[in-house]
Amino acid sequence: MAEKILKKEELDDFVARLKSKYRIYAPLEKGGEWEWSEVEQGKDLTFDFFNSSLSPKKFFFPQTECLMHFRNDPHEEKGMLMEAEAGLDQPRLLFNIRPCDAKALTVLDKVFERDEESMDVYWKDKREKTVLIGLACTDPCPTCFCTSVNCGPHHEEGLDVLQVDLGDRLLLRGISEKGEQLLKDLDQAGTEDSQAAADQKKEAEGSITSGVEMDRIDSRQTLEVYDQAMWDRVYESCINCGTCTFYCPTCHCFDIQDETQGEYGRRVRNWDTCMSWLFTHHTSGHNPRGTKKDRVRQRFMHKFKYMPIKLEGSIGCVGCGRCTQRCPVNIDVRDVVNSMNEEHVE
Amino acid sequence: MKNPYLPYPVRISKVEIATEDKTLRTFEFEFLNREDAAAFTYLPGQFAELSIPGFGEAPIGIASSPTEGDHLTFTVSRAGKVTTRLHNMEQGDVMGVRGPLGHPYPLKDMKGKNIVILAGGYAVTTLRSTMIWLLHPENRDNYGEITFIYGARTPGMLLYRETLEEWDQRSDVKTYITIDNEVEGWDKYVGFVPQIADQVSPEPDNAVALICGPPIMIKFTQPVLDKMGWTGDQIIMSLENRMKCGIGICGRCNVGPYYVCKDGPVFTKAQLDELPKEY
Repeated sequence: MAEKILKKEELDDFVARLKSKYRIYAPLEKGGEWEWSEVEQGKDLTFDFFNSSLSPKKFFFPQTECLMHFRNDPHEEKGMLMEAEAGLDQPRLLFNIRPCDAKALTVLDKVFERDEESMDVYWKDKREKTVLIGLACTDPCPTCFCTSVNCGPHHEEGLDVLQVDLGDRLLLRGISEKGEQLLKDLDQAGTEDSQAAADQKKEAEGSITSGVEMDRIDSRQTLEVYDQAMWDRVYESCINCGTCTFYCPTCHCFDIQDETQGEYGRRVRNWDTCMSWLFTHHTSGHNPRGTKKDRVRQRFMHKFKYMPIKLEGSIGCVGCGRCTQRCPVNIDVRDVVNSMNEEHVE
Repeated sequence: MKNPYLPYPVRISKVEIATEDKTLRTFEFEFLNREDAAAFTYLPGQFAELSIPGFGEAPIGIASSPTEGDHLTFTVSRAGKVTTRLHNMEQGDVMGVRGPLGHPYPLKDMKGKNIVILAGGYAVTTLRSTMIWLLHPENRDNYGEITFIYGARTPGMLLYRETLEEWDQRSDVKTYITIDNEVEGWDKYVGFVPQIADQVSPEPDNAVALICGPPIMIKFTQPVLDKMGWTGDQIIMSLENRMKCGIGICGRCNVGPYYVCKDGPVFTKAQLDELPKEY
């Protein structure tokens, strides 16, 4: 794994070279929020931010995405036949994606690309055509707990390149072959810079002091965790707004709807939320998750019990802390998970 | 790479009103493209999304058996937006079918065993598929005794009357057709499915039971089977939940860690006993 050095004053050139091939996006400040935006030049990039407000999952799983379209003309032979949307026409590059958000994409790969029969071609197309240049965290938030959910501030999983900010220069570590290729014209990093990056990693990891414990969630049967009394406490304050599910980098539930206007029709998928009563409502009127408690429990069970069972141990959480930061009623995911993991008190 | 969201284009080749209250219709579909018919390989117990552009999709169990040829049969209750639209469509209309989805009944594991089928109301659809498949000359000898118990509210609410008659005439299947209350001219059974099951009292030894019906039927059939010594791994059920993608991604149809669409819809009673009752 090659470690390269790029002076920040040379960023403009580096980005200009990349722009000949990729559309480039990065978190940029807009009205007090860090939003993923298209980057025109290297000097627009900033490295002094915690994380983007919304996760970059939208690049692979847009909030609204047209899957297919049709002519909406029943009188014509092919007027009511669906035609799939084309894939991305230009490769993309996400600059300064945080390691937790990149890790989240690898968790979602297991959901969207589970097997040949259920291969989500829309997800796969965008994943294949997008390069990820990560930015290691030097200064994690108080709500970060990545180190206790198989991730970390310098975690490399899912990234093509990991950058470590060394002040006036960046250390770039090629992780995938694609990543190494991007860095091939840069200067080799000296041992001093490599050491500085390694020290920074240790420091960043040490600065994350909160976490979750999951050993008892893992060892107990599904129903044991599901039937715990703690849910009666957790669900009461929740207002089922679904904010957590939209901010979450691993939440991936969606709805599919048809839309028509004149001689055009399309089938779209939209982000959906398990907090919604309608989400599971049967046409008959029956609702298997008809109460607020059912829905709140579903979200946490899905991430911390069901997904590990189904996805070879992958947790549906990367510890980014967005849900905790954004929750209007101050539900802290760490409290909930640690309660799920508590010893039973009879 | 196959796009799992893209439906196969099909033409409605036949529509029949299936019940006296006219809330159910049976549709036969033909694939517009020969290669799609070949790609759509399915077994009894699987379902498909019936896809009507501009209206959406509804997951429906496949009522035909692959042994019947290339066409697909679905019996659909008029309930929501998509199924109401479907009920207003006619022979010759073009729409889509997406599938086959989910797992079939464990036909391989059932080989050499006696099979008891318990069906109530219009949940009989995939069990019709199963019966046709089991009774096919290529398959019949691989299975032991077949007992088929099916109930509906009235004679006019029974699906597939002609096929039921055929089975009733056969010596290699014990058929018990029942209605809820006495009706003049009715010469078969009267009583709810659990009561008839109690009278028939199928032996659990080397046997498998397939049960599909409304929750109330399943609730009252369970103790009957328990009394006769049936165990959870011998009882196979098919679940329904609200679905969208049908391929285990969109997140709404799960029961515990398992998606009804992708990991089901067929589960054993033993499996369900260890999961939340979110269905």
